[in-house]
Amino acid sequence: MRIARANRLTPYMFMAPAAIIMAIALLYPLGYMVWGSFRAWNPSQSIGEAEFVGLRNYIFLWNDPNFHESLIVTLKFAFFVVSLEMLIGVGLALLLDRNIRGMSVLRTLFILPMMIAPVVVGLMWRYMYHPTVGTFNTTLESWGLPKVDWLGDHALMSIIIADIWQWTPFIFILSLAALQSLPRSALEAAKIDGATGWQQIIHIKLPLMMPVLIVTCLLRLIDAFKVLEVILVMTAGGPGLSTEILALRISRTATEFRELGVAAAMSNYLLILLLFFTVAMFLFTKWQEARARRLAAAIQEDD
Amino acid sequence: MAAKQERQNPSFYALIAVLVFMSVGPVLLMFVNSFKLDVDIISGSTGLLFLPTIQNYETALCDVLWYEIDHLDFCAIKFGGAFINSLIIALVSTVLTLIIGCMAAYALVRFRFMGRDTVSLTTLMVRMVPPAVLLVPVFGLWNNEFCLDKDGLIGGFIRETMGGRGDVCLAGTHSGIILIYVAMNLPFVIWILQSFIVQVPRSLEEAARVDGAGPFQVFFKVVLPLIKPGLAAAAIFTFRIAWNEYLLASALSDRDTKTVPILIVNNMSEFNVEWGVIMATGMLLAIPPIIFTLFASRQIITGMTAGAVKG
Repeated sequence: MRIARANRLTPYMFMAPAAIIMAIALLYPLGYMVWGSFRAWNPSQSIGEAEFVGLRNYIFLWNDPNFHESLIVTLKFAFFVVSLEMLIGVGLALLLDRNIRGMSVLRTLFILPMMIAPVVVGLMWRYMYHPTVGTFNTTLESWGLPKVDWLGDHALMSIIIADIWQWTPFIFILSLAALQSLPRSALEAAKIDGATGWQQIIHIKLPLMMPVLIVTCLLRLIDAFKVLEVILVMTAGGPGLSTEILALRISRTATEFRELGVAAAMSNYLLILLLFFTVAMFLFTKWQEARARRLAAAIQEDD
Repeated sequence: MAAKQERQNPSFYALIAVLVFMSVGPVLLMFVNSFKLDVDIISGSTGLLFLPTIQNYETALCDVLWYEIDHLDFCAIKFGGAFINSLIIALVSTVLTLIIGCMAAYALVRFRFMGRDTVSLTTLMVRMVPPAVLLVPVFGLWNNEFCLDKDGLIGGFIRETMGGRGDVCLAGTHSGIILIYVAMNLPFVIWILQSFIVQVPRSLEEAARVDGAGPFQVFFKVVLPLIKPGLAAAAIFTFRIAWNEYLLASALSDRDTKTVPILIVNNMSEFNVEWGVIMATGMLLAIPPIIFTLFASRQIITGMTAGAVKG
């Protein structure tokens, strides 16, 4: 009897520390933020002293051109970063999926950029983009080409390039792992049937990799909204608002403009956006799985 | 294009060489520049035609060096202290996250209990929360609310694990930063470890239970040793995030608990950047992750693929 009850309590005992920590340091703060977003709140007040203003922060942001600008920059950044990284990463994985010696060494070198601190990545790229002493401009100059104002006129492109440098390996490694775990039989069969390299890729490899690719894409998309330090160090959001992604704007609203209520409302908008993407991706995978199951069933009926 | 298996033509190796150069190049560039004087960096003497100097590292580490430095009158960058703070915060939060995370992952995989689905869905959902979103509430809570609770449940727990620091709020202490890092990393660690625990054969656990081991004994003596690779992967990822994080640390730390990323950003934002010194600090910050990468790349890749393929 006593043992039975102990057994029933066991999972809760295993869960308890994690549940407590996440409740007080993640869920409670998130609730606190929602509560704070309805208030005119500055950092010197405690939340109880802040005046309740209803939806004013949300309406203010809804009509704020700077917020719109920042939102557009964020979406552009996320779109270009994720699509280019998927394209390059998967492409390289398809190209390099061969039995060559030293592949593990190569993979080690490729994951180096992701392990280094974003602050340091930003630092390296800021140096390389530097208008006079930077690597790119000195190289261009020595080739007799005109200099490029990397972090000025082309700031958004430059931060996208830096992010591609850092995170393409992530997609590359995951797609390579997916490729190497594909059933050999399907590929052999295709080869015997005389499928060309391209046909194999489009009709067999890519469809079979699809589940992994979707998860990878989702992970990158979520992470693209988290990027902050690299941009902070490289451009600090400038020039103007051209690289001020939402995460950066939230932190500036909170620390520079000292408007915690507005920053909280902005965080909520960002969360809603992320939630939308996550749910959309989730539904898409469910739909795909259902379709795959239907197809499999249809094939079995044919037999 | 990719179909030919045996013969690799030269352009294939050229492509690999270019890729390696592109991924390692910037790091090497920083490494080389950290041994140059600012004069050499600005004059743009490319290549290796310069006299290497450790002066930048001396400037960066001036507060922990045992000898006097000639070229420096005043020690402005207190890198040593920040390095120790970073080390404490990253190590403690990694250990805590792993212990708490693998227990939770085990419960989620092995037991069916009320609220299991809610817990696992919540874990998945909070993974997408960006640190910037946590900035406002964490700043408010850690400064205003989590001080009074010191003798209650929360403060008691933190004192137990961290050792108390007297009458202070959570903000500005190591524990404050550690708490948010543990919370932030838990969902990720639980997610990764689940996929490793699933692979532990049930029969082993049942055999241990038949021999009279309790659930905690089964967990620590049977399951934990079997998921060592998963633990290594999770540890590296957690350490990396805690070691590299800037935003929340900058909101929560005070003068004495600054971490290295904060130090670097503070020195960068000045108009006139001292490239040599800043690259030396950047290099010092990057060394631990680079070492991990070189020695444990297999675990890192296993962890990455396990996390993504599981879905």
